[in-house]
Amino acid sequence: MSPVRLAIRDCSGAVGLQDTGRVGYQRQGLSASGPVDSLAMAAANVLVGNPAGTLAIEFGLGGGILRAEGGPIRVGIAGAPCVLRVDGTNMPCHRSFVLPDSADLTVAPPREGMFAYLAVAGGFAVSAILGSAALHRRAGLGGLDGRALRRGDILDLAASDRAWDPDRGIAPLSLDLAEPIRMLLGPQADHFSEAGLATFLGAAFSVSHRADRMGYQLDGPTIAHGPQGYNIVSDATVDGSIQVPGSGLPIILMADRQTTGGYPKIATVVSADLRRVAQRRPGDTIRFAAVSLDRALELARERAARIAGLARRLQDIAQFDADRLAGANLAGEATDALRDLS
Amino acid sequence: MSPSPIRLLWCGDSALTVEFGDVIDAGANAQVLALDDRLRVAAMPVIVETVPTYRSLTIHLDPVRLNPNALEAAVRKLAENTIPERPPARIWRVPVVYGGEYGIDLVDVARHHGLAPETLVARHSAPEYRVVMIGFLPGYAYLDGLDPGLALSRRTSPRASTPAGTISIGGVQALIASIAAPSGWHLLGRTPVRSFMPGRDPVFLFQPGDGIRFEPTAPSCWDALDKAAAAGEPVAERVDA
Repeated sequence: MSPVRLAIRDCSGAVGLQDTGRVGYQRQGLSASGPVDSLAMAAANVLVGNPAGTLAIEFGLGGGILRAEGGPIRVGIAGAPCVLRVDGTNMPCHRSFVLPDSADLTVAPPREGMFAYLAVAGGFAVSAILGSAALHRRAGLGGLDGRALRRGDILDLAASDRAWDPDRGIAPLSLDLAEPIRMLLGPQADHFSEAGLATFLGAAFSVSHRADRMGYQLDGPTIAHGPQGYNIVSDATVDGSIQVPGSGLPIILMADRQTTGGYPKIATVVSADLRRVAQRRPGDTIRFAAVSLDRALELARERAARIAGLARRLQDIAQFDADRLAGANLAGEATDALRDLS
Repeated sequence: MSPSPIRLLWCGDSALTVEFGDVIDAGANAQVLALDDRLRVAAMPVIVETVPTYRSLTIHLDPVRLNPNALEAAVRKLAENTIPERPPARIWRVPVVYGGEYGIDLVDVARHHGLAPETLVARHSAPEYRVVMIGFLPGYAYLDGLDPGLALSRRTSPRASTPAGTISIGGVQALIASIAAPSGWHLLGRTPVRSFMPGRDPVFLFQPGDGIRFEPTAPSCWDALDKAAAAGEPVAERVDA
């Protein structure tokens, strides 16, 4: 065991540990959990030289104060843009840096977006259950003793010799907060009236305050069901299922969702856009746009390629800063480069 | 048994639901479990996991490897064969303390059906149920086989919390709950059995297709059974062997 630890001196919001989650237990009623923005978690890990799915801290509309104990720690933070300070000095997101021994890192809640990820070089030493240490709060599994992180927790690092890896940077991940969320109609689109479908496709919804890792309840116009009503014999849900209960207000199911449900599901968010849903906070707008299965598969492959290519896009900080300066002079190209990464 | 026509419903780019019917039906569930078995044997790399429910099988997929037309063809082929009726591979005897603080709706449900509470207990514990779906929350076992004369639509106002191990009915469905959760079903009793218990081997006790027999148990037995279950004993007993 590494003698180096990260101490949680304070934290707020929904703060928990996540890795790629548990696969294979949905037939037992246990959803996979895992990061709601897997691209951002991958970026945080890649910044510190870890495999993309390494256990990291997920901050959900929250922040905290974290202290290195027993030695310096290389950290990387990506996702919703947070203000970071180390002992009073501002530090950038989307860059790795060293948190010196006994120094405090303050993570302020993001100004926009909802989820940010903090990875440490070498990862945390937390024991897995059912193949993963990801927190599934409702099931009481993973994280520390099946719960979120709180003040006073101590996280052991799995390695103590990684603090002096080079500083690395990556272009910030776009949150695409204004873009429509792409989805496939179904599996139960036939349970809705024509007017109901038109409402779903045409209206602007907003994320309500009931938005968490289980699901995002939306506010907006009500979606009318068809003559069969709003009960179906319970069947399986998936990440991104958009179920419409009797209230007519849609709920987008997320990583800690119930595995089955008895409400018809009008549509399903494409896998590549799950992170864009996750990053919308209460009050943010959501519009939906239908795409074909072929298009959704293209998007899924692009996303997988992006995650696989993150390490290639890493830049040493000296080069990173030079490119940013050049980008400032060539605004169009810089914008293209950022779009490419979104 | 001849197979019913199936519907293939895409759930986004990462799952396909194979629907054998739109009502609760033992024949449809048998076909769900048969397709599930065949897909396990086929071991297609594109399949991440499968979720059997009352009347459909949802296949979770890796979209990066997915060829949708090839998958649909393979699934149709595997689903088209007739299936033999099978007895459950495993049958569990599950102790239940009925009524009182363990099943606060027992008396009301009995009164609704014009039955003595003891008669309701006898009729609820008479059948051998089948686990047709484990879902909603970890280890929640949904059962087919409820005496139709006991069916009762759900409460109009769900309860914010019901205890772990609750034995309940809702409509024609029967349920073994694992962990505490909100519920609109009628609570008839409680079992000390943990169908889901992190840290125990196995973490999950029941599988879709298992048989379940409820054994009415005296309240005086609760503490000892609950203690044994908390220590990791199954408390539910296999009676198929």
